Amino acid sequence: MADEVILLDYWASPFGMRARIALREKGVKFECREENLRDKSPLLLQMNPVNKKIPVLIHNGKPVCESMNVVQYIDEVWSGKNSIFPSDPYQRAQARFWIDFIDTKVYEPADKIWSTTGEVQETAKKDFIEALKILEAELGDKPYFGGDNFGFVDIAMTGYYSWFEPFEKCANFSIESECPTLMASAKRCLQRESVVNSIPNPDELFALALKLRKEYGV
Amino acid sequence: MGLINGVNNDEYVRLLGAWPSPFVLRTRIALNLKRVPYEYLEEEDTLNSESVLNYNPVHKQIPILIHGNKPIRESLNIVMYVDETWLSGPPILPSDPFDRAVARFWDVYIDEHCFTSINGVAVAKDEEERKMAIAKLEQCMALLEETFQECSKGRGFFGGDNIGFIDIGFGSMLGPLKVLEKFSGVKFIHPENTPGLFNWADRFYAHEAVKPVMPDTEKLVEFARLKFNTSIFK
Repeated sequence: MADEVILLDYWASPFGMRARIALREKGVKFECREENLRDKSPLLLQMNPVNKKIPVLIHNGKPVCESMNVVQYIDEVWSGKNSIFPSDPYQRAQARFWIDFIDTKVYEPADKIWSTTGEVQETAKKDFIEALKILEAELGDKPYFGGDNFGFVDIAMTGYYSWFEPFEKCANFSIESECPTLMASAKRCLQRESVVNSIPNPDELFALALKLRKEYGV
Repeated sequence: MGLINGVNNDEYVRLLGAWPSPFVLRTRIALNLKRVPYEYLEEEDTLNSESVLNYNPVHKQIPILIHGNKPIRESLNIVMYVDETWLSGPPILPSDPFDRAVARFWDVYIDEHCFTSINGVAVAKDEEERKMAIAKLEQCMALLEETFQECSKGRGFFGGDNIGFIDIGFGSMLGPLKVLEKFSGVKFIHPENTPGLFNWADRFYAHEAVKPVMPDTEKLVEFARLKFNTSIFK
């Protein structure tokens, strides 16, 4: 029986992008269903009743929720090609630690950078760069967080890398000047085929940010 | 390469912890399940502890598992590391990818919603705030009762016949829940509203990997009274 793989998604979401990238890294055929986050589909509410958020991967009718949970699931089910998560227990623990760091210390200020102004935005910029510098130290001189291979932490960050240009424009700063090595790795990630096919044009993301800022009266 | 207490340096296991912490408790249960010998080091003042700062400079928090010279941080991370490293004991996470994803999802839920609500009740500044936090916590319990029924499939634990990832994640919260029940007068785990959880809690407390390390409720009550100077504890 052929696998049925559906991804409930939202085009601009860094979390949705992670799931798309993982599926394409593995060469999995999937159906991407775009959600209107202001009018969520009955399917989304049924498949993720707890958080009602995308991405949700529905594999042969069974839902998997939370982006990095989805990525790990994809890696374990389609284990033949392009391993995402390391096999060594300590490397895995390190990868999970950094995912948690990214989804708290990077996520929280990132969300404020595009949606606020003034002092709140300035503080968010400072916190964002601080978090990126910690990540840059962890990266060291490796091409990817996964070492020679594009891996779990790289996929997690790539969702945010796609938003770097819009952040810079919204808040008038340069991430590259603060974190050159991280940016070099980011550019490497953004050139990967699975990524090119999975992330929107930064101009489209910037246009969305401006539209929402206007709506919020920012 | 030397020996510490007869164990090769690379294999020596230490756990930096604090007795009241439900997060530390998770890691101790996991180590017990796998019968891993370890040295437990009580950190009374984590913010000023040199060891904590050295091994967890990013978050400055316990628990920290140090295996040889490798530090592993974050309670659920440590539990997974223990599960993946010591393979001879019973598995903590299931082997099926979908079941593993479900287990991981619920432990994140427990940390993001359940623990946050427990904290919310403890630190509530007034009656209004406390009522809201209590309502949220009761919702969490109802959802976890459903999850228990689905996951246990009539057996004793979320993990089936033996304790698993969700049992450890949620079971570690039973102590703080009992403290809140004592002070708020609300029964969060109730024989009628949450019968599955009610009976599960007794089984969890009695488990051989849990009993030796579960903090005494009265001691937790006293600790809470000293730590949270909010109205609920007076």
